[in-house]
Amino acid sequence: MNTGSNVTPDLAAEMGLSADEFARVESILGRTPNLTELGVFSAMWSEHCSYKSSKIWLKTLPTTGPRVICGPGENAGVVDIGDGDAVVFKIESHNHPSFIEPYQGAATGVGGILRDVFTMGARPIALLNSLRFGSPNHPKTRHLVGGVVAGIGGYGNCVGVPTVGGECQFHPSYNGNILVNAMCVGIARADRIFYSAASGAGNSVICVGAKTGRDGIHGATMASAEFDDSAAEKRPTVQVGDPFTEKLLIEACLELMEGDAIVAIQDMGAAGLTSSAVEMAGKGGLGIELDLDRVPVREPGMSPYEIMLSESQERMLMVLRPGSEAEARRVFEKWELDFAVIGHVTETGRLILKMHGELAADIPIGPLVGEAPLYERPRQPRPVPVEIDPASLPDRDPIECLKKLIACPDLASKRWVWEQYDHLVMGNTVKRPGGDAAVVRINDSGKALALCTDSTPRYCRADPELGGMQAVAESWRNLTAVSATPLALTDNMNFGNPEKPEIMAEFAGAITGMRAACLALDYPVVSGNVSLYNETSGSAILPTPVIGGVGLIADAAKAVDLALKQDGNALILVGETKGHLGASLYLREIEGREDGAPPPVDLAAEFAHGDFVRSQIDAGHVAACHDVSDGGLLVAIAEMAMAGGNGVSLSGRPGGNAGLFGEDQARYLIETAVPDRVLAAAKDRGIYAQRIGTVGGTALTLPGGNAISVHELTAANEAWLPAYMAGA
Amino acid sequence: MKAAVIIFPGSNRERDVCAALKRASGREPAIVWHRESELPAADLIVLPGGFAYGDYLRCGAMAAHSPIMREVKARAAKGVPVLGICNGFQVLTEAGMLPGALLRNRTMSFICHDVHLRVENSQTMFTCGYETGQTIRVPVAHGEGNYTADDATLDRLDGEGRVAFRYCSAAGELTDDDNVNGSARCIAGVFNKTRTVLGLMPHPENVTDPLLGGTDGQGLFNGLVSALQ
Repeated sequence: MNTGSNVTPDLAAEMGLSADEFARVESILGRTPNLTELGVFSAMWSEHCSYKSSKIWLKTLPTTGPRVICGPGENAGVVDIGDGDAVVFKIESHNHPSFIEPYQGAATGVGGILRDVFTMGARPIALLNSLRFGSPNHPKTRHLVGGVVAGIGGYGNCVGVPTVGGECQFHPSYNGNILVNAMCVGIARADRIFYSAASGAGNSVICVGAKTGRDGIHGATMASAEFDDSAAEKRPTVQVGDPFTEKLLIEACLELMEGDAIVAIQDMGAAGLTSSAVEMAGKGGLGIELDLDRVPVREPGMSPYEIMLSESQERMLMVLRPGSEAEARRVFEKWELDFAVIGHVTETGRLILKMHGELAADIPIGPLVGEAPLYERPRQPRPVPVEIDPASLPDRDPIECLKKLIACPDLASKRWVWEQYDHLVMGNTVKRPGGDAAVVRINDSGKALALCTDSTPRYCRADPELGGMQAVAESWRNLTAVSATPLALTDNMNFGNPEKPEIMAEFAGAITGMRAACLALDYPVVSGNVSLYNETSGSAILPTPVIGGVGLIADAAKAVDLALKQDGNALILVGETKGHLGASLYLREIEGREDGAPPPVDLAAEFAHGDFVRSQIDAGHVAACHDVSDGGLLVAIAEMAMAGGNGVSLSGRPGGNAGLFGEDQARYLIETAVPDRVLAAAKDRGIYAQRIGTVGGTALTLPGGNAISVHELTAANEAWLPAYMAGA
Repeated sequence: MKAAVIIFPGSNRERDVCAALKRASGREPAIVWHRESELPAADLIVLPGGFAYGDYLRCGAMAAHSPIMREVKARAAKGVPVLGICNGFQVLTEAGMLPGALLRNRTMSFICHDVHLRVENSQTMFTCGYETGQTIRVPVAHGEGNYTADDATLDRLDGEGRVAFRYCSAAGELTDDDNVNGSARCIAGVFNKTRTVLGLMPHPENVTDPLLGGTDGQGLFNGLVSALQ
């Protein structure tokens, strides 16, 4: 075997292993690793693959429930949705690659998350994307927005999975480190889920899909370090996507999965063949031996190190049942995909790699997986911000404020984005992008899924625990607002450098808050992804725990949206308005301040209000529904008016700008033809609800007559993003 | 009516069109893999939307040379109607079964939203479910739907009543703003000489169910069923 004579602690450090970690590698092997082995350890022990800074916190999240079939740890989470069906879903980041090369970075992010879902035997039925860019004034932002959106569309449109929702926001903290989180949702038979644990010593290990090339080598390690000004030099570590091959891979894998040829399957994502082989063998408590000469490669002369660390896209690793090779070959040849037997499962518990007749690596898998470093990093919370007293803020004309808010980058219409995504393919999109949650029908079952992504990073910076709680609560609320019963969530934890105590405190705080909300709302975490080191030149992003929510709608025809429907209907506000302006969009966009304590989250009220809203939708009392969040009450009303092209006249106490723009939680707006019944039902349950207006006319009119036409609102709301992207 | 839907590697709207065909005809369409050289007996052949061969060479160019296309042409020559939607339209132009070509949208980006179409000629088996001059609302979802042909061809299409649909406003007017992808003379769909082959960029199959935001696409499928029953 090639010895480790040229492997030094310095080289290990370049690959992201600390001196202690390198010493641990040497002690596990009883010798110095060679280059290939060092590459395997450095990839498997990278933050990206090992979750070494986050694991002790992630373990505190609730991950079980009566409907949960498979929680975190597999390629994606699986939840029972009745009738023998299961929903399979996960969210994953592709932040670093998307900053370096936005089109390919974002495209391969979509490809990777699709594979996580169909690997489990599910047909992907929807994609969502949670995007965060730097300030619109930053010279790179326009280019990054254009590239990321084109990349997501280029991939999703071609594979033919509708992109139905997501978010797109802007903040200077993302100037040097954008966030591209992609979520995929699929449907499988509950008794036909495929897992990654290898079994059966002697069974063949096959590689299928694209050929392995020299792209993306050590991408997982790149994703586990801060950026500096030389980020552009890392372009070669970004992979190139091929959605056409992915489409073939989806169809071929699902076709092969109809039979019983597959024992175990794992996609080759971060750390490529290394992590897929190690995870399959590790989970099965077995060994794996690979003959790297048999891996289909794109170019000659690739070393074992390159083959093992390549992150070439659209590849799968499978363990086949004995005698199934011919069946597998038939299916993959039909779909014109490369297919090769590259090794077999062993009982040795070791990862053995051979090439050119030589032993290229020999690593015990147990310690490689089980003795990966785990850190409880020191934490230093930032000081808790003070409450903002609304009386301390200047008086301003609410209509002028509304017009400004509705056109600000975070609230401006994202039509320019979603109209570049095919959100209709597969013919099941019941509620299109632009609402609280997208609604996708499950073929002919009559059922539908509600899907959304949410995070409010400015709350998380101000108070990480409250922010984590709020993100989960808002997700749960958005699903509720379209009539869905929230099932479970997937989380994408985007944070800065965990070795800094204040960042680690943000992470731990967010998890603590999320845990409380998940428990209170009966909303477990079934999959997720952690992206740390989102910093450039020492400056961290706002803490951004993105919640991908999935809810179930028993009757797709009963799903509601936010568009105001009918003149004369009443508008009812559920939940109390106290006027919390701390960390609000009003404060940021109107007053130019980002300080203050975010609104408190009352989880008992969230649960009660959500249940109440769902009961009213079920009873047929609700014509339209919208959760009240970013921008507060008046923005939410304006969004309902714009969506329906209908005006609304407000009555009742306005409560000043704090009441109109405060971001108090646990609130919903309901349009109803039967306000008395809704208010009586609320009273029965002890829930605060009040009639605040009447649908009608062509303007949004405040008590006292101050008004703005819906047409003018829409024009302001729709104008910003297209004008910005056109360079105006 | 029995339909056969051709699947190329990269087709992705076959489920959508199969659902619309089944809803209109009550019969499950036959699915035909592109490498087959024989077509089952069928009253209608459909080339669905998608990205055949990834659209990597030129949209529809490689699919147009698939083995099954010889058989599709032979059936079309015998008068079996052929419907190409979106990528299927691109394949039909590449295969020489319809005139013209489809270029990048003038915005240079993919576009997915509802558009209005004016029915230009209802005297065909594809459009008999509509009235001439009727305006319908149907989504588009394409990056390369900008129809182009030389003036002589366009004049011939106009003169022979071979323009099936044009992009228009809600009121049915032809305006530059409503010409979503910049197509010549706002053309969204064209017939062959015998009006037995139709290619169109929009997706009527995606608006055949009230739950999914519209039913204006039903006219095309119901019309085909009544004409081919």
